[in-house]
Amino acid sequence: MKLVFDRPKSMKDANMHYCPGCSHGVINRIVAEAIDVLDLRERTVCVAPVGCAVFLYDYMNFDVTEAPHGRPPAVATGIKRARPDLFVFTYQGDGDIAAIGLAEILSAANRGENFSVIYVNNTVYGMTGGQMAPTTLLGQRTTTTPYGRDAREGHPMRMAEWIASMEGPSYSVRVAVNNPANIVKTKKAVLEAFKMQLEGRGLSFVEILATCPISWGLTPVESLNRVEKELIPYYPLGVFKSVDTSKKG
Amino acid sequence: MRGSEAMAEAAIRAGCRLYFGYPITPQSELAEYMARELPKRGGVFLQVESEISAINMVLGAAVTGARAMTSSSGPGISLKQEGISYMAGCELPGVIVNVCRGGPGLGNIAPSEADYFQAVKGGGHGDYHNIVLAPSSVQEAAELCYEAFDLAERYRNPVMILCSAVIAQMMEPVEFMPPREQEKEEKPWALTGAKGREPRIIKSLRLEPEELEEHNRELQRKYETIKAREVRFESRHLEDARLVVVAFGTSARIAASAVEEAREQGYKVGLFRPITLFPFPKKALRDLAERVNKFLVFELSAGQMVEDVELSVAGRVEVDFYGRMGGYVPSPEECLEEIIKRCKERT
Repeated sequence: MKLVFDRPKSMKDANMHYCPGCSHGVINRIVAEAIDVLDLRERTVCVAPVGCAVFLYDYMNFDVTEAPHGRPPAVATGIKRARPDLFVFTYQGDGDIAAIGLAEILSAANRGENFSVIYVNNTVYGMTGGQMAPTTLLGQRTTTTPYGRDAREGHPMRMAEWIASMEGPSYSVRVAVNNPANIVKTKKAVLEAFKMQLEGRGLSFVEILATCPISWGLTPVESLNRVEKELIPYYPLGVFKSVDTSKKG
Repeated sequence: MRGSEAMAEAAIRAGCRLYFGYPITPQSELAEYMARELPKRGGVFLQVESEISAINMVLGAAVTGARAMTSSSGPGISLKQEGISYMAGCELPGVIVNVCRGGPGLGNIAPSEADYFQAVKGGGHGDYHNIVLAPSSVQEAAELCYEAFDLAERYRNPVMILCSAVIAQMMEPVEFMPPREQEKEEKPWALTGAKGREPRIIKSLRLEPEELEEHNRELQRKYETIKAREVRFESRHLEDARLVVVAFGTSARIAASAVEEAREQGYKVGLFRPITLFPFPKKALRDLAERVNKFLVFELSAGQMVEDVELSVAGRVEVDFYGRMGGYVPSPEECLEEIIKRCKERT
């Protein structure tokens, strides 16, 4: 019988711990597939975040290091500066990037460090139990905004646009994984970002709108609908910067 | 040559090719030296957004097995503690030069040694130790910085060089060590891409208490090995000493002059200078306690190392303390006065 669907070479045969309906599993796989497509597995070093996705080192079939919360862009800078021949990407959440690690990501982007960033925005702190993230929408209830987020607690941060406003990065895009069409687009964006690094064009940034059904208090299907109805209107999808002008959306 | 520059040159000769830092007085000359020299010698100098980023870049470079360093002073070293704890937990090598200034808080930029606790007792979270080296001359600062990279790699552990602004700013002649060949061999733990081997993971996260305890036991076994093998100290006039002055780094320089003068005047005084603050020369001090009358611990702080001396001596003899704080550097005469006062107390 012809094998038509298999695990990517860049993934281990392991059960994932992610909750039902969580987007991390899909995104882990997209990243692994992109690494397979570009044949990068044997020279990849991934920087795992603090958060639910820290365990991706148990799922990925390539070298992975841990980093302190918010510091993956600094750790990736150290790796890439020491070994420019390696393929390096960080995998980070919204608290990691847009709160505690804001200085690290903006500075790395500004320097145009030649690594890629997979940024998973699910508008909440998942691992710690559903607290407010810098990306939590106004009015959204979390365990630390029990009455809904107020603007005095900060406006939800649009990172892809911010990164795009800088001179250093090569590519900044926002995609979503809420339906098959968007998943296909996400894979294309990840491939594009990785190619930018391979061409030495500076930091490439992929923001991915994702679900966290447990923290959102929704079913997996309701969560996918929320991405469409609430997240995408505030966090528009598209390419905000590309040094390859033909790819600019 | 200035102490901070001598440490930078020694680091390059030791094979350090990556420096990440953030300016802070009184050690910016080290970063400036690296900025001038590293690009010419095949290395990378990067002035970065914060001390936090700098130490995490050292962590990242170490992940690949490269020799990397950062340097700072008290307020910046405080920021680096997060990364240092992760490096200890992940068992990654790295060298951190800590030019201690007056504190707490912003304090001042004058010479101090009041960051002993921070350097020696952890500083960051968790059960870990840095290897801590305390030079008391520019030559020794260069030598220890050179060796620090070997120690860091041998034990896969952060090494901190703790010195005051006196050592960093002072000019003394230096005889340098030969430049080290760049190692070609890959470290068996480094992340270099999983080509022809199983993927490697570098982590400190261990959710199961049994697993994390076992990891901690391994770290503790490593620290025991370090204690057994790497203790260094220097002593003077211990043969017939009744009073022994214990001091490290800059205070040991001052104490050395005072001890020599006290000897001239006929007092039976000796000097004990720990060079490694971790591992602390505990056994040597305990042995010494069997045959001397008293220890005088002399520090540029309110008294920090004195606690380790007391623990080493374990009540066998009296341990007295004299220190100055806030960046005040006492003269050898002031130290001598304190020595003579205590000698007279005995007789």
